[in-house]
This record gives sequence, C-alpha cells and structure tokens, in this order.
Amino acid sequence: MSDVNARIQDIVTADDVVLFMKGTPLFPQCGFSSRAVAILDHCGVAFGSVDVLQDMEIRQGIKSFSDWPTIPQLYVKGEFVGGSDIMMEMFEAGELQQLMNEKQVAKAD
Amino acid sequence: MPYIRRMTSTPGPVETEIRQRLEAEFSPRELIVSNDSAMHSGHSGDDGSGESHFTVTIVSDAFAGVSRLQRQRMVNGALGDLPGQRVHALAIKARAPGEA
Repeated sequence: MSDVNARIQDIVTADDVVLFMKGTPLFPQCGFSSRAVAILDHCGVAFGSVDVLQDMEIRQGIKSFSDWPTIPQLYVKGEFVGGSDIMMEMFEAGELQQLMNEKQVAKAD
Repeated sequence: MPYIRRMTSTPGPVETEIRQRLEAEFSPRELIVSNDSAMHSGHSGDDGSGESHFTVTIVSDAFAGVSRLQRQRMVNGALGDLPGQRVHALAIKARAPGEA
C-alpha cells in the first residue's frame, strides 16, 4: 500500500464519519461540499472532515482510493458511502439516518 | 444577450459529448442534460467556458436492480475524464424505469 493510501486508510478510520470536502464545514468552498455538510448536520452526527484543497496528495489520492472521481466523499466506519448526489438521495429516503443508526456512529455534541 | 441564448438553445461541445456518451452506453429512455453553468458564473469552478456545471437525469433499464453507488460508478465510467476533471460540477440522477 502506498504512503498516501496508508494515510487515507488512517483518516477514514479515525472517526466514525469522515467527509472529504473542499473547504471546511464552517467555510465550504463548493456547493456540493456545502450540501454534504448540511446533510450531516441534519443527521446530527459528529464527523471529521478533510479539506482536500489544503492537501494535493489527498486530493488526488482519495479519487483512486475510493475509485470515485469527485469531491465530496463520505465514509462511515471506514466504508465508502458515496458523493453528494448519493448522500442527498439517501437522506431524502431516510436511508442515511438509518445507516448512521445501524452503524451506531457518534452523535454531534 | 447572445451569451444567454447560447446557453439555452445550442448545446456546447461538452454537453454534446455528455449526451453522446450516455446515449451510446445506456440507450436511455429519458435523458436530460441541463447546463447550470450560468447560475455559477463567476463562482469558483467557473472556467469561462460556460460548460462547467451540469445536471444529468437519466432513466435506463441498465439501472434496474443496481445500487445507487454502482449506478453512479456506471455513469462516471461512461463519462470518462469529464467528471471531476473537464467538468467542475456534475450532479447525476440515475433511475430505472418506474422509479420516482
């Protein structure tokens, strides 16, 4: 496993819920990332975030790690869930909240 | 307003390529490729081409019984280097026939 893959593997297992995004939860730099943060806030879960704009190695590496060409990307308990379209579809269907419950992820403070 | 007219009536080369790739791969029953770039003019990701932001709605038998994740992977795969590289923002709604 390359260094960047090892780094990403550490990141996606460091928190129950991890969002790779452009910008930060307070200052998202992209509409899709902003929407992803809003969805997680609505779910009431705690999440770690990685600003890929601050780390070119992660920005490129996460695309091959997940086999997914775009940002944001959501991981739950180390498992890739999808990008913002999937997050929105799952949220609207109640499936994202269900997933968070089933995986018993940490709640937001 | 020639700029607006171009955005709404004549598809640009990227929009045409998106359409052609998806038609070839999925023989869709319904395909809507909407260019949202004008709404994002001047924002980050607007490269001035007028073809930076798209929403694709596609209905195809190919998606029946296929998970959300896999559908998106199929669409991204068919679009090659467009998502995330040549197109800044691409929203994808992939449905099987009969789904809402």
